[in-house]
Amino acid sequence: MSANVNTSLPLEYQTEQSRMNILGFWIFLGAEIVLFATLFGVYGVLYERYAGGPTHQDIIMMREVMIQTILLLTSSFTCGLAIFEMRRNNLKGLITWLIITLLLGVGFLFMEVNEFLHYIHEGATMQTSAFLSSFFVLLGTHGLHVTVGIGWAILIIIQLLQRGLTPVTARKTFIIGLYWHFLDVVWIFIFTFVYLKGMVA
Amino acid sequence: MGIKWNEILITGDPLILGSQIAILLTMIGIVGGITYLKKWKWLWTEWLTTVDHKKIGIMYIISAVLMFFRGGMDGILMRVQTSRPEMEFLNAQHYNEIFTTHGVIMILFMAMPFLIGFMNLVIPLQIGARDVAFPQLNALSFWLFFCGAMLFNLSFVVGGSPDAGWTSYFPLAGKEFSPGIGNNYYAVALQISGIGTLMTGINFIVTILKMRTKGMTLMRMPMFSWTTFITSIIIVASFPILTVALALMTFDRLYGTHFFTLSGGGLDMLWANLFWLWGHPEVYIVALPAFGIFSEVIATFSRKTLYGYKSMVFSIVGIAILSMVVWVHHFYTMGAGPGVNSIFSITTMMIAVPTGVKMFNWLFTMRKGRIKMTTAMLWALAFVPCFVIGGVTGVMLGMGAADYQYHNTLFLVAHFHYVLIPAVVFAVFAGTYYWWPKMFGHMLNEKIGKWHFWLFVIGFNMTFMPMFFLGLDGAVRRSYTYSVESGYAPLFFVSFIGSIILALGFAAFCYNIYWSVRYADRNIPSDPWDARTLEWATASPVQHYNFAKLPEVKSMDAFWYMKKNNEGLTLKKEELEEIHMPSNSGLPFIMCVVFGISGFFLVFEWHIAAAVAAVGIFAGLIIRSFDYNDGFHVHKEEIEQTESAWRNGEGEVNRYVGKR
Amino acid sequence: MKFRKLLFSAATLISVLLLSGCGYNMVVFEPQGPVARSIMELINWSLIWMALVVVVVFGLFGYIVWKYREKPENKDYEPPEEHGSMVLEVIWTAIPILIVIALTIPTVKTLYALEDVPPGYENVKPITIHVTSADWKWIFSYPEQGIETVNYVNIPEDTPIDFKLTSASTMQSFWVPALGGQKYTMGKMETQLYLVADHPGSYFGRNTNFNGRGYAGMEFEVQAQTREDFDQWIKDVKETAPKLTERKYEELLEPTHLGRMTFSNTHLEWVDHADPDSPSYTNPELYRYHGYQGRVFEEEDNYRNKTNDDKNLHEHHVEGDGNGGEHSGH
Repeated sequence: MSANVNTSLPLEYQTEQSRMNILGFWIFLGAEIVLFATLFGVYGVLYERYAGGPTHQDIIMMREVMIQTILLLTSSFTCGLAIFEMRRNNLKGLITWLIITLLLGVGFLFMEVNEFLHYIHEGATMQTSAFLSSFFVLLGTHGLHVTVGIGWAILIIIQLLQRGLTPVTARKTFIIGLYWHFLDVVWIFIFTFVYLKGMVA
Repeated sequence: MGIKWNEILITGDPLILGSQIAILLTMIGIVGGITYLKKWKWLWTEWLTTVDHKKIGIMYIISAVLMFFRGGMDGILMRVQTSRPEMEFLNAQHYNEIFTTHGVIMILFMAMPFLIGFMNLVIPLQIGARDVAFPQLNALSFWLFFCGAMLFNLSFVVGGSPDAGWTSYFPLAGKEFSPGIGNNYYAVALQISGIGTLMTGINFIVTILKMRTKGMTLMRMPMFSWTTFITSIIIVASFPILTVALALMTFDRLYGTHFFTLSGGGLDMLWANLFWLWGHPEVYIVALPAFGIFSEVIATFSRKTLYGYKSMVFSIVGIAILSMVVWVHHFYTMGAGPGVNSIFSITTMMIAVPTGVKMFNWLFTMRKGRIKMTTAMLWALAFVPCFVIGGVTGVMLGMGAADYQYHNTLFLVAHFHYVLIPAVVFAVFAGTYYWWPKMFGHMLNEKIGKWHFWLFVIGFNMTFMPMFFLGLDGAVRRSYTYSVESGYAPLFFVSFIGSIILALGFAAFCYNIYWSVRYADRNIPSDPWDARTLEWATASPVQHYNFAKLPEVKSMDAFWYMKKNNEGLTLKKEELEEIHMPSNSGLPFIMCVVFGISGFFLVFEWHIAAAVAAVGIFAGLIIRSFDYNDGFHVHKEEIEQTESAWRNGEGEVNRYVGKR
Repeated sequence: MKFRKLLFSAATLISVLLLSGCGYNMVVFEPQGPVARSIMELINWSLIWMALVVVVVFGLFGYIVWKYREKPENKDYEPPEEHGSMVLEVIWTAIPILIVIALTIPTVKTLYALEDVPPGYENVKPITIHVTSADWKWIFSYPEQGIETVNYVNIPEDTPIDFKLTSASTMQSFWVPALGGQKYTMGKMETQLYLVADHPGSYFGRNTNFNGRGYAGMEFEVQAQTREDFDQWIKDVKETAPKLTERKYEELLEPTHLGRMTFSNTHLEWVDHADPDSPSYTNPELYRYHGYQGRVFEEEDNYRNKTNDDKNLHEHHVEGDGNGGEHSGH
């Protein structure tokens, strides 16, 4: 299974098992796209059903959301730099950029949790209306993905420190990179269709 | 914690009490039996920790047969209850629980695992691979399915069964109308097994794309591999929708959100849409692999290659695409307007076109063939007329305006049983008879098989044919009783007699397994049917590494031409190499237990306990992340020994049918 | 053995044709009004084509299986290699497409026609009847006449009835098979259905969408009357039937089976369940059956929150009687 090694490829693509894992992960991301598309669909159906509760304009804190967006977009960029360093076989650069990515991710998460607490404080909870149910679940699912991503990346960093750059650790790093970029793409859609549209509507 | 201990076990119903006692005795029997035979270690090392796709396949199939029994019992109870008007065998609540669990179990815990079992068993062999792409993930998929199935089955003795129908329509399934926890079981158990199914889909896409042996181009793949491939794509495209729908259901029921509720701006129609956005593709997730099995069986026993292979491939792709754009036909009566209903009527009826192409291709595969009436082939033959009835009534139901008169009646029930039983159940029976020697190295008894076949087919037609007429006369589904004046009694009684014959057929099947395991001839050749595809190019039962040397494929029906041209059948000692195989792992099974405990607490809404148990899930993931076990190598000597044992010294693959 | 199977299939087929065309009296094939009749015509049209498909496929199947079955004398016959035939495959793709087109055109026409007053009745003034389904009864309100009935509905013959459908509880389906197709009733929204009975008679109607324990008995009767009888009935009801009060109505909506009732006013005076902002009339505590009971959530828009003077408030209060997981997840 791990036969068929091709050393002319980048480290993460060298073994057949790695190539399969990466393809498998792409397909998993395909499933994630369907998952988020469904959540966006649900939000799209329910987003005007306020049931007498607060509307978008009543609650959204645009400034904080802008900062969150910048944090997450930057983290995606630094994540790209990390993979770039990995391709240059620079373990130290890789780990440094990964840690920066994670810190930005934690910053994003911290602000999002604060944002949620603020909404709840204002009386806008998941139970208030169909709009808020779909709003919190869509954003919460993304936030949960970011949380899992942070935990996962920490495991990868530990393994990189233990084992250095091997075809296996390189593949794992590459896959978490794909995941992180995916979360960024999802956020762009959330930012556009939930926040910007909510402010305009 | 405020736990109401007295409410946890369901009491007061003699049927349920009987089941509780039976379950308890069975469990004591199993545990005692294993201890007595000192088989715990064997069970753990050979089965619970296995990552071998063949063993996982067998475990799927065994679980599916058990679930078939459970779902079938539900079905029989329903037919007994409606055998006479105003019968008082079951009360309304009990009947509601039974048809709900019947539907869920038959679709999700019988049909799908049975077919996934065959996929596991056959696909790596058919494409000439040594395992699936992610063997340990595959084991996890199985154990998650198993965990979901067990959790779901627990419901009727502990806490209460779901009772809102297998479609679980809101607002009925919400807390306002179903405050009992039965529907929590639905949301949680399906979620757990659904994750497993999604992983299976990913696994098989990668396996088929990346692990085909040399020369096995996509257009040379056997039809069952093709249908598995397309099915896996449908799984990946549709199961996340179920994941979301069930998650939202969980939120509504456990945390008071307003997705589907009557109050707070919730929208019950949204559930119906989400459910069927998954639910209709789900029908094809079970139908397509079944079509694949029939394609293999018909080609083998007609001794001809599949007719119109390319159009078969295009038609399954067409069916897969259409399956995603027909979901509204499950609720034409929701009042979406004539425009919407027209579009979905057209897409629905369009499905008849690729399905018709397949039907004619099967018929023309048999034409000019030499049709051997084995039990496996009989199932494939019976499939054709029965499925045609299911198909034409499907077109009738697809016509939006006419559906206003069929919707939710027994006409609909008859239709989908005429689709699912001939397609899926006949297929899994055909597959069982066909691949049984591959699994266990002995055949199923053909004579008992014929009894099984005739009882089942006659019973099936008798049970469901009357329902077409009952439906057209206004009898509705899911109704636990009917009045004497309605005049439904005679046909309902025919249906009841039919269901008894159907059950006898299933009993014959179980007896066949028992008989064959005990008495069947073990001395059979590896290719008893004179078959055409690569799974028959290995030993029966298959050696754990599948192929000593991966076969090279030069055409479709690879094994048939290998036999015909006498190529690649022998194995020289010099060709042997060490084979790398994955190691067993106990983690998937442990994850199953942890998921089960966490899910159980969640069902009972003991959130803190569930969260604590869920820590175990993350612990499992972390352990997996740090697991760098790279498997082991099978030594040349072992391979040589295994190979010479089944190759009979002559290096020839034996035939069975021809020599008898 | 094959022959038995063939015989069996043929018998099945014949019974399908016989029973669906004539013989056995099935309500869908005995329409009592123009709406049901137009659907029956569509069904009959589809049956002709489907019978054709069944005959062709069954015939081909029987012929092939019989002719090419393995017999002692053809044991040595080795089937030829065939990979398909372009011509044949085009034929069996094209013909189903034509059949689908033949079915699509009348389907779409009927779908659109069913949304309007049936042809021939355009000049008759329709009567509006609001249908409210609840667990497990049917409530019919005649806003123009100012009366309300439960579990039966009287209509004048040869008059289009404009049914406005909604639900006070779960999703249900309104079906009078002798008069026409069904449509769902859903809370906080309205669906619409035209039906006409073209002669007096009593027709059976029911809910077809499963909605819990009382589902089997959720039936009603449609009584089509002559114009004179109908007018007389309205007059009698207005004179003799009691008034429906809000309290009485709330009781009515509890999950029960009721007989027939008649009132000389309508509940539309204080609530229209089709209104998206109307209160929810839910009583979760009345749905407790066996099994472990979960937590039930307080709904702000529940009807009890608006009627503070109602002394039932404390008896029926949704939460607070310790009925479930105290430790909520938030």
